[in-house]
Amino acid sequence: MSDLLQFVFSGLTVGAVYALVALGFTIIYNASDVVNFSQGEFVMLGGMSTVFLSAAGVPLPAAAILAVVITALVGVALNKFAIEPARNASVVTIIIITIGASIFLRGVAQIVFDKQLHRFESFSGDVPIEILGATILPQSVWVIFGAAVIFTGLYLFFTRTLTGKAVLATANNRLAARLVGINTNFIMTLSFALSAAIGAVAGVLVTPITLTSYDIGIALALKGFAAAMLGGMGNPFGALVGGLVVGLIEALTAGYISSTYKDAAAFIVILAVLFVMPSGLFGRAAVNRV
Amino acid sequence: MLSVEGLRSKYGRIEVLHGVDLEVKSGEIVSVIGANGAGKTTLLRCLSGVQPASGGSLMFRGDDISKLPAHRRVGLGLAQSPEGRQIFTNLSVEENLRLGAYLFADARVDKDMADAFAMFPVLKEKRNLSAGGLSGGQQQMLAIARALMARPTCVLLDEPSMGLAPILVDQILEVVKSLKSLDVTVLLVEQNAFAALSIADRGYVMETGRITMSGPAAELIADPRIREAYLGI
Repeated sequence: MSDLLQFVFSGLTVGAVYALVALGFTIIYNASDVVNFSQGEFVMLGGMSTVFLSAAGVPLPAAAILAVVITALVGVALNKFAIEPARNASVVTIIIITIGASIFLRGVAQIVFDKQLHRFESFSGDVPIEILGATILPQSVWVIFGAAVIFTGLYLFFTRTLTGKAVLATANNRLAARLVGINTNFIMTLSFALSAAIGAVAGVLVTPITLTSYDIGIALALKGFAAAMLGGMGNPFGALVGGLVVGLIEALTAGYISSTYKDAAAFIVILAVLFVMPSGLFGRAAVNRV
Repeated sequence: MLSVEGLRSKYGRIEVLHGVDLEVKSGEIVSVIGANGAGKTTLLRCLSGVQPASGGSLMFRGDDISKLPAHRRVGLGLAQSPEGRQIFTNLSVEENLRLGAYLFADARVDKDMADAFAMFPVLKEKRNLSAGGLSGGQQQMLAIARALMARPTCVLLDEPSMGLAPILVDQILEVVKSLKSLDVTVLLVEQNAFAALSIADRGYVMETGRITMSGPAAELIADPRIREAYLGI
């Protein structure tokens, strides 16, 4: 019983990170129909920037905030210089551009930072908290709590604010959005900034547990993408559930079978689900009255 | 109010507007009639800035708007209810209307929404429902109401009668006519020539990307060539 709880804690922690990466995919996908494969690099940039800023003497909280801002600016620049000039290209072309951008960002990170593994201090120490015989790291609580705050905040943003609804409207019908006076280029910029910032927050939160290096983005993007597909691409709630499910399957497989099979198990479940429900668990059912 | 001279536009390398001249004066209802494919929708898309013009000039209330992006033109008071309705199917009826007034955040938004509901009571009944579930006629009402939420001085209506039952066509046309009393100038594009001319002050006939006839709507309705080609009489 305490074993199970232990695996669940670890699954929720890693699942929360996947959910944040999936959420980043979802936001850009909704605004542009593009799957942004440099999403994992945003996570890397968040963690690595924090490491190097705090090594340069910036206090950790300020370094973390600064890292999120820097990453958001990188996201804006990515949209401005790589995506916007190719606005009239096909979606597949733009997706390939994002793959190129992710390789570029990794390369730059190798030069600007280095190729070592890094971490910084946990926010609230490393003394495990004991719950019902299992233990959880205080940093894990930070990760789960942070993901919860971001999902709640984003939910409120999309349902309660006019700008949030403008994002949804642009996703639904770009032509109509322009005709009611929405600056759809701004919405794209905003989406990239938001996605990048969310990725960076995930990177900042998880680095004390998993460590970070210039190339952690590849695996995270893959898992986050799988989580987004599982939940249904384009659905923020699906991103949350997809991320947590992938994280839990991994942790339970690693715990009860072998950590060698944890990636395989996650992908087998995803394939099985997509086989039965091609648009994912909460995917958009395409219902349009003509 | 709106003055178009020598407007040209192309899709790829194929030019579809070959120099359109058109004038809409303040307070008028002007109808552009023409067959499917004549370029009427392209004309409105150019006016709203969602289709690039390749030549000609576009003046709106004295300003050259031909270089402005679409959202700035809405801000100047030129709104459009597009062909095929194009409502936001993932949002509620009320959210669609609120987004119509996207550029505004003041008390008048609520008042305008109340006016929209008074104009189309059925939208009020369904205000919290998803707009994607509305019938075609209701979606058309919503598209018009959404355009009016932008506080336009001139509204462009693209085929508001398309695909609607005759009784709904009459209802929509009554609303278009009533816009005059709200000081909203109307540029109406229609295949339904008789309906469009019957409520208009003036009309233009468009054929293959050119204006071929123009004049007071009453004269156009009486013109034997138009009666034969567009009214089927």
